[in-house]
Amino acid sequence: MIHQFKKDGYNIVIDNNSGSIHSVDELAYDIIHSYSSLFVLKNNKNKEESIFDEKNKEVLNNIISEIVSKHSADQSDILETIEDIETLISEGKLFSEDDFSSIAQTLKQKMGTLKAICLHVAHDCNMDCQYCFAGKGHYSGDKGLMKLDIAKKAIDFLIANSGNRRNLEVDFFGGEPLLNWELCKETVKYARKIEKEHNKNFRFTLTTNGLLVNDEVIDFSNENMCNVVLSLDGRKETNDRMRKTKSGGGTYDLVLEKFKKFAEKRGHKDYYVRGTFTKNNLDFAKDLIHMADLGFKELSIEPVVTSDDVNYAIDEADVDKIMENYDILTKEMNERAGKENSFNFYHYDIDFMKGTCVAKRVAGCGVGTEYLAITPEGDIYPCHQFVGDEEYLLGNLETGIVNFEKKREFEEVSVYSREDCIDCFAKLYCSGGCCANSYHTHGTILKTHSLSCTLQKKRVENSIAMEIKKLDEEDRI
Amino acid sequence: MKRIKTLETKNLKQSAMNGGCGECQTSCQSASKTSCSVINQKCEQEKIK
Repeated sequence: MIHQFKKDGYNIVIDNNSGSIHSVDELAYDIIHSYSSLFVLKNNKNKEESIFDEKNKEVLNNIISEIVSKHSADQSDILETIEDIETLISEGKLFSEDDFSSIAQTLKQKMGTLKAICLHVAHDCNMDCQYCFAGKGHYSGDKGLMKLDIAKKAIDFLIANSGNRRNLEVDFFGGEPLLNWELCKETVKYARKIEKEHNKNFRFTLTTNGLLVNDEVIDFSNENMCNVVLSLDGRKETNDRMRKTKSGGGTYDLVLEKFKKFAEKRGHKDYYVRGTFTKNNLDFAKDLIHMADLGFKELSIEPVVTSDDVNYAIDEADVDKIMENYDILTKEMNERAGKENSFNFYHYDIDFMKGTCVAKRVAGCGVGTEYLAITPEGDIYPCHQFVGDEEYLLGNLETGIVNFEKKREFEEVSVYSREDCIDCFAKLYCSGGCCANSYHTHGTILKTHSLSCTLQKKRVENSIAMEIKKLDEEDRI
Repeated sequence: MKRIKTLETKNLKQSAMNGGCGECQTSCQSASKTSCSVINQKCEQEKIK
């Protein structure tokens, strides 16, 4: 199975199962299209079979006549291209078979060991963001701050359940984690103190709204946090529409200089300025460009996750505008590439050669297996997006995981257990998407969130086109 | 090939045999908390090569 698309003057062919990517000219593009419509899909062509075999003579003639009617190429040129296509098929780089569906569960199991926790150190927040998926920070439960003994038990739990994984991750999350900053620091110190004796290497992330950021937070974080996520939605009017103080004021002016200092003192490495876009700013490319113009280098923005009945929810009618904005973003990034004002967009950042292995791509984000969320009370959930949903309460730090039925759901989910994904070209790029989004839409983690899929596919196409353009301009393809 | 240029990409089949060490970053530990961004992570084994 293949996926073909045109972007910025390039004709691009993705071989879905092998992950191979080809940049082809118009003639080859159309011949490959003819292959898929006339030959491969109908006859289940295998690698050993050639289109030049006598029994396929009629199919070959059909392809040639179809191409001749459209292009002015002579027959020898067409045949040479067909030979090249046959070579790629035999090498498993075009129309390749799916080698992973039969071993999907084995690959999933490889990735089944706990290695990361989202530590909800504060179920409280000092902002009043209109779109907060966390119910204003307390996830529809009681407000509260995690106590140090719980945080230490969470670290112990992570170590005890991490098998032979060496790199362990802790994300200080909330609510707003800086409301419990002393605990964050003590947790880092505790983990650092015991990591060597357990042969572990802790990596910490801080996700903050910025209000309580000060020099001490910046310096400690830059010394101890492998990653910081700084929440900002873009332009002042965009940010302040949704990200408000408790008294209803905007927060842009309160956090911007702090974030600039944070990123600058980090050397603009290992951080993201991350925003959310809603129906109110479908022109989100302007927000990303605004943040780039402020000097931020590592940017991300994601569509709002909310119920359909709020006035800022994104729906199918917004798709064209969103697509247009991903294209505007792509164009801007291409124009700035290599210049001082260049910037990275998280969802376009794909390392095609040194990226993730197929086990991770099949297994997904690790929700409920590699990754768990732990609340201030020590309750354990599959991830931050399930916190507060009693059905998905897996256990607590005293009992360990006791809800084995729910845990099994996550042990078994992979991109191959989601029917919607089987024929999708992007399945090995997104692993079927966010299980929580599926659950909140369909009541099951086994389906997909169709709007998210549409956007994900667009982002994958754009990032591939950007890579091809870059390689082409550097004469490396 | 005259009309087809192929990008150098990760050999997924080989990675099915050699990969799965699980030492890489989880996607929600980076910039996403509402999507699944496994493709945007780096391979830990490639980092140490």
